Amino acid sequence: MHYILQILPSLLGGAKLTLEIFFWTLVGSLPLGLIVGLGLTSHFKPLKAILHFYVWLMRGTPLLLQLIFVFYGLPLIGNGIFTLQRYDAALFAFILNYTAYFAEIFRGGLQSIPKGQYESAKVLRLSYWQTIRKIVTPQVVKIVLPSIGNEVINLIKDSSLVYVIGLGDLLRAGNVATSRDVTLIPLVLVGIIYLLLTAVLTFVLRKFERHYSYWK
Amino acid sequence: MLELKNISKSFNQRTVWHDLNLKIEDGKILCIVGQSGGGKTTLLRCISGLETLDAGEMLIDGQSFNPTAPHENDAVIGVVFQDYQLFPHLKVIDNITLAPELALKQSAKQAKQTAEKLLERLSLSDKADLYPYQLSGGQKQRVAIARALAMKPKILCYDEPTSALDPGLRDAVKKIILQLKQAGITQIVVTHDWEFARQIADQTFKLEPQQ
Ligand SMILES: Nc1ncnc2c1ncn2[C@@H]1O[C@H](COP(=O)(O)OP(=O)(O)OP(=O)(O)O)[C@@H](O)[C@H]1O
Ligand SMILES: [Mg+2]
Repeated sequence: MHYILQILPSLLGGAKLTLEIFFWTLVGSLPLGLIVGLGLTSHFKPLKAILHFYVWLMRGTPLLLQLIFVFYGLPLIGNGIFTLQRYDAALFAFILNYTAYFAEIFRGGLQSIPKGQYESAKVLRLSYWQTIRKIVTPQVVKIVLPSIGNEVINLIKDSSLVYVIGLGDLLRAGNVATSRDVTLIPLVLVGIIYLLLTAVLTFVLRKFERHYSYWK
Repeated sequence: MLELKNISKSFNQRTVWHDLNLKIEDGKILCIVGQSGGGKTTLLRCISGLETLDAGEMLIDGQSFNPTAPHENDAVIGVVFQDYQLFPHLKVIDNITLAPELALKQSAKQAKQTAEKLLERLSLSDKADLYPYQLSGGQKQRVAIARALAMKPKILCYDEPTSALDPGLRDAVKKIILQLKQAGITQIVVTHDWEFARQIADQTFKLEPQQ
């Protein structure tokens, strides 16, 4: 018990970084994902081609590789003008990666909105952005919520990948304690903290889904 | 008065109709009838700006009019779709007030007052706070009519307003259409129901499939 209390502060410090990366990744990649999703459903071929390539690249390579590439690879080009701090590099890679996944989910949601909804908005003289904001987005959000929820849970676990670029997240904190004190307890605690975090997320996501169940 | 002059439309070299001429007097009811595939829906979609014409011209009160650019003029055309296309995530009242607030810049209060009057006129007052999925087909249709009317259109178009309704409700729609005629609204009704057309039309126009 005493040992647990002793290592808990460092674990919680790691958990704080994990949550920060989680939070800012969502803040960046959810709106971007919606915008890229809109681009993927546009009729402008060159834009569509570029965005499809981007999504293919991000989903077709490991996030770990992207992380290493952004932090260790980018500084090697152009005399290091692309050098990023560890934390910024992590956020950059995560937002880039998760935007692609969210964009694909939003694309599916957008395509399931009947054409008639756009047409009735049009004859009611709503502008394109008014239609997107007031008609399309609320319906898409309801449709995509379960899939987004999946990715959100994945993100909290994926955030542990930042240890490769030397950031002190939750997993790293546990790892350090385990190898220093030669005991399994820190790793078990790390597991428990992840479980608690995903349990809270699952609960919040359920709430959201219930919030959107007032219409069919 | 709405005037269609020498209008033509084809899809991928298949002519839907060619060199059509048609005039509709203000406050009258025009019924467009004809067999399936004759291009009735397509004509309605062109008039309401959802499709573009290949050739010809549309005039409202003698002025050339491009329905695909509704922001250039306020000669509004309202549409009641065959499947209504209500917004499922909005309450009945919000379905009606949304466009007047966003497109006509009415205040929330003003839009709500207008909507409540329309709901009353269409015997829907008790449905204001329901969602579309909670309504019957006939009620949905009346909400769609109210929603279109809230934009104060000069012309209101219906695509097959009786096709999805029980026979008993046909007379209810007829009553509403005739009542709106009294109020001076020009109406275009697409239908393949000749009997219905005969009962309401001031003018009928027949569209038959082209060879
Ligand atoms: N978007 C489109 N692309 C290609 N062809 C189309 C399109 N819309 C309609 N058509 C064709 O145009 C013709 C007329 O169709 P339209 O829906 O206007 O007929 P309609 O008179 O309304 O028929 P119905 O009574 O069955 O509703 C049909 O042959 C149809 O296949
Ligand atoms: Mg039709």
